[in-house]
Amino acid sequence: MKEVLRFENVSMHYHSKQGETIAVEKLNLTVNEGEFVAIIGPSGCGKTTLLSLAAGLLTPTLGKVITDGCSFGYMLQKDELFPWRTIEKNIFLPLEIKGTNTIKERETALRLAEKYGLKQFLKNYPSSLSGGMRQRAALIRTLAVNPDVLLLDEPFSALDYQTRLSVCDDVYKIIRSEKKTALLITHDISEAISVADKIYVLSARPARVVACHDMDFAETEPLKRRENKAFSGWFEILWKELNA
Amino acid sequence: MKNENVHSKEHLLYLKGVRRKSALVNVARISVLAVLLLFWELSASLEWVNPFITSSPSRIAKTIYSLYADGSLFYHVGTTLWETLAGFFIAVAVGYSVALLLWWSESFRRIAEPYLVVLNALPKIALGPLIIIWFGTGSKAIVFMTVLIGLIVAILNMLNGFMATDENKILLLKSMGASKWQILSKLVIPSSLPDFISMLKINVGMAWIGSIMGEYIVSKAGIGYLIVYGGQVFKLDLVMSAVFILCVLAAVMYALVALLEKIVIKNQK
Repeated sequence: MKEVLRFENVSMHYHSKQGETIAVEKLNLTVNEGEFVAIIGPSGCGKTTLLSLAAGLLTPTLGKVITDGCSFGYMLQKDELFPWRTIEKNIFLPLEIKGTNTIKERETALRLAEKYGLKQFLKNYPSSLSGGMRQRAALIRTLAVNPDVLLLDEPFSALDYQTRLSVCDDVYKIIRSEKKTALLITHDISEAISVADKIYVLSARPARVVACHDMDFAETEPLKRRENKAFSGWFEILWKELNA
Repeated sequence: MKNENVHSKEHLLYLKGVRRKSALVNVARISVLAVLLLFWELSASLEWVNPFITSSPSRIAKTIYSLYADGSLFYHVGTTLWETLAGFFIAVAVGYSVALLLWWSESFRRIAEPYLVVLNALPKIALGPLIIIWFGTGSKAIVFMTVLIGLIVAILNMLNGFMATDENKILLLKSMGASKWQILSKLVIPSSLPDFISMLKINVGMAWIGSIMGEYIVSKAGIGYLIVYGGQVFKLDLVMSAVFILCVLAAVMYALVALLEKIVIKNQK
């Protein structure tokens, strides 16, 4: 399998007048093409820093982030749709930013929106959509520029539990059917188990890799996985590692 | 929402209640005005008070009509209106641009901060004599005074609006590879539209303060001039009339901004 992202002994230090904070220390991880990788860690352990490093928004203090020329799409906790733009215009936003707002590119984006049930909402403003639909629109916006790797920063944590399960299922299916590589960051253990092929467990700040597990489920759909007997076994293992 | 024409009896009753309440408020508002005017008129005409000092609605109407008849009404109103609008637009435009500049550069912002704080606290009228010497006794001085009063408020309000831009949305745009210019045009300017409108509203008030104050200090025409002149020659009818005209003009200008708000901000949440 081809590697799309690799962290090599990556350390990240933040400087402020109060002193120096080490957010990430000597961290190694790899993401292969087509994989769904989850990173779990206690809250405040520098998870978001990792994604910013992967996306190239931050440069590591020490070590290397190797991306092999991949393009990244970022999905945040909240949908961050612009309320003054219609769903359609929101989806076109990354095209405008990249300066590739051509008819062909727009049609590709619209086809995606249509495929995943957003067609009837295209002319609506975000405020008239449900939380789940908004998050789906945010995903389509991320996919509009056809990125190689999706970086998901706790994309479901702002939703209520019911919506969260179904949106997670939803987003998972879309990412799979578009054959995207994904790197999910979360503090929700069961969410990580239900979607990931590979799970990295991080320590509290400074973040280091404590363990790395390959998930061995026969099922792929998140909701089905949750019913599997092995699910609770994995939960216990990860829970212990997180709280070690 | 689906069947807008089909409502339950209870809902119709509720709607009726809402309508009645707002009608009642309107009636009460007009009644308050009518009673006040009537009381004012009566107490003046029955000489409970000295109408020479308090004036009265009918005397105000007569004064305004005589101003209109000798052609000076529009001259004075026009002078003040021109000064106010010119000062308003210059203050808003310059204030907006300076705020943009301050948003753009953090070091510029830090350097400018103490100056803005001091200029904001300074009572601009203290500069009156300087302004007369620099700009003469015409409209130019008054427009300058108006700009001075509105400018700092415009800068501070707009800068607050720009700085309040959602950090996560900025992060999102950066992850798409947006330049600072794109962040400004796609996010900061549209998301600060409500702040822009509220800045306009504040500056309507500031512009009138500026132009009237300017005319108090130095003028040969305008509504502020009428007020000062009326006070000096003890023509209180004239003072009251000028204040009345001012009320109407300020209300109209505010209503225009409120209308703009309705048109522009349909979809901001």
